[in-house]
Amino acid sequence: MNLHGVLAIYGFEMNRFLRTIFQSIASPVLSTSLYFIVFGSAIGSQMTEIGGVSYGAFIVPGLIMLTVLTESVSNSSFGIYLPRFTGTIYEVLSAPVEVGEVILGYVGAAATKSVIIGTIILATARLFVPFEIVHPLATAGYLVLISVTFSLFGFILGIIADGFEKLQIVPMLIITPLTFLGGTFYSISMLPPAWQTVTLFNPIVYLVNGFRWTFYGKADVNIAVSLGMTVLFMAICVAIISWVFKTGYRLRT
Amino acid sequence: MEPIIAIKGLEKTYDSGHKALKGIDLDIRRGEIFALLGPNGAGKTTLIGAVCGLVRPTGGTITADGHDISKDFRAARAKIGLVPQELATDMFVTVWNTVAFSRGLFGLGPNKKYLEKILKDLSLWDKKDAKIATLSGGMKRRVLIAKALSHEPKILFLDEPTAGVDVELRRDMWQMVRRLREQGVTIILTTHYIEEAEDMADRIGVINKGEIILVEDKTALMRKLGRTEVVIGLKEPVDTAPTISGHTPVVSDDGLTLTYVIDGDETDEAPADLIKKLAQSGLDFTSINMNRSSLEDIFVTLVEDKV
Ligand SMILES: Nc1ncnc2c1ncn2[C@@H]1O[C@H](COP(=O)(O)OP(=O)(O)O)[C@@H](O)[C@H]1O
Ligand SMILES: [Mg+2]
Repeated sequence: MNLHGVLAIYGFEMNRFLRTIFQSIASPVLSTSLYFIVFGSAIGSQMTEIGGVSYGAFIVPGLIMLTVLTESVSNSSFGIYLPRFTGTIYEVLSAPVEVGEVILGYVGAAATKSVIIGTIILATARLFVPFEIVHPLATAGYLVLISVTFSLFGFILGIIADGFEKLQIVPMLIITPLTFLGGTFYSISMLPPAWQTVTLFNPIVYLVNGFRWTFYGKADVNIAVSLGMTVLFMAICVAIISWVFKTGYRLRT
Repeated sequence: MEPIIAIKGLEKTYDSGHKALKGIDLDIRRGEIFALLGPNGAGKTTLIGAVCGLVRPTGGTITADGHDISKDFRAARAKIGLVPQELATDMFVTVWNTVAFSRGLFGLGPNKKYLEKILKDLSLWDKKDAKIATLSGGMKRRVLIAKALSHEPKILFLDEPTAGVDVELRRDMWQMVRRLREQGVTIILTTHYIEEAEDMADRIGVINKGEIILVEDKTALMRKLGRTEVVIGLKEPVDTAPTISGHTPVVSDDGLTLTYVIDGDETDEAPADLIKKLAQSGLDFTSINMNRSSLEDIFVTLVEDKV
């Protein structure tokens, strides 16, 4: 294995993150803080508990998830799209690195950023609403799993995209709406039965609920199903990426 | 000796259906400077891309230092450095960091001394902490060269390295190329400046429309295809062309100018002999001009013949 190669890519990407650390962290922290002030403290105090959890605490896992998903997808897609756009990708393509190593470098860095941002938001949330985490190790594990999976997804997006606009469309028009509709602000059981069924086709429901389970020990969906769906999604992403590199799709002519 | 690069039956048909390489067979010798000459669109960049892993060949095999470039890509690519034709650089990264990145990417641990030497050789040392975006085009090209050399490659590809480059950089670059060859690095370059190939290269390959037309030692090529024209201005017009030691000149319409052609494979004294004999023959002449054909003329003839 070309460990130096992996570290070079990883370090390169982390440096890009550090160069823009203020924007990278300030904007998600600010927006989630606003959510916590509005929904957690202000409106939340008027809301009833959901399944024995205060409303402010209930929305914490979903809001962290929202940021982690969008940050993973946009950081990772940008990370691989930029060298394609500027042409510097030639160096990676001509280097003695394997597909797995390239992914490890790019996706590893994007996932690291997401985990850092997710942790900072978790700490910020704690300032606004009181909550206890039941399974902290599982929370950490889930955060890493989700960050890796959606960074992989972003990596694919960055390879397929043929313009900067396309990089923004997916987080904005797909991830954010699906997360909002995926039970971030409400329990699925609060919906009419027909909508409950429709909601189960939204993959993000499983992520939000899996993550919420690690916090409070209960959720709308069985944790095993949540975990299974996440791992399945990750496997699909890995398969697509391997195909991309094998065929050279959009990378090699 | 086993060639350092062996290309056999290399073909590339782009998705568009364009056949950019049509069965290329080419061996590059260890330690030589090889110039690949060809007009725009001949397939030079495609050929380099196929060796370096940027272009997927649709046929044929390539080995680099004995390693198959697809089956044994790690070993093969570790030996190769590439300076691409296009100026593709990061913007906000410093010169030092981008060169250190390249070395790591190619699988080597840090080596400050070596990188320092490369940057000094390329007059980049005082810019090592500058962001690449702040550098001029010529400086950016130096950075690309430094990146290509960062992992101590045995084979260096330079794709049109002097296109749009100032005189100073061109001179530095050729000095560096000579130094690298002394260290045993094999260099393959493409260039538009044919005089440079004439100056620099040990061997020359001519490519046109995806086919190698000819590969030859430079001196042999000059001898074989080069020619000297001896143009004599006469005092009095002549009616018939005076044949001298087997050479029959072309006579101008006014009969005042004789043009003798001496092929490159004749001896170096042939022009002098011709003039001595001409003087002895009693013809009175007022001027002598000699033109040795350049590699450029040879190249144009070759490519035109094949069109
Ligand atoms: N990605 C591509 N898709 C289709 N045709 C291409 C592509 N790249 C190059 N070509 C064509 O292949 C031919 C050879 O190109 P190239 O190798 O760049 O030539 P050179 O470097 O000798 O100028 C040209 O006709 C060019 O238009
Ligand atoms: Mg070219």
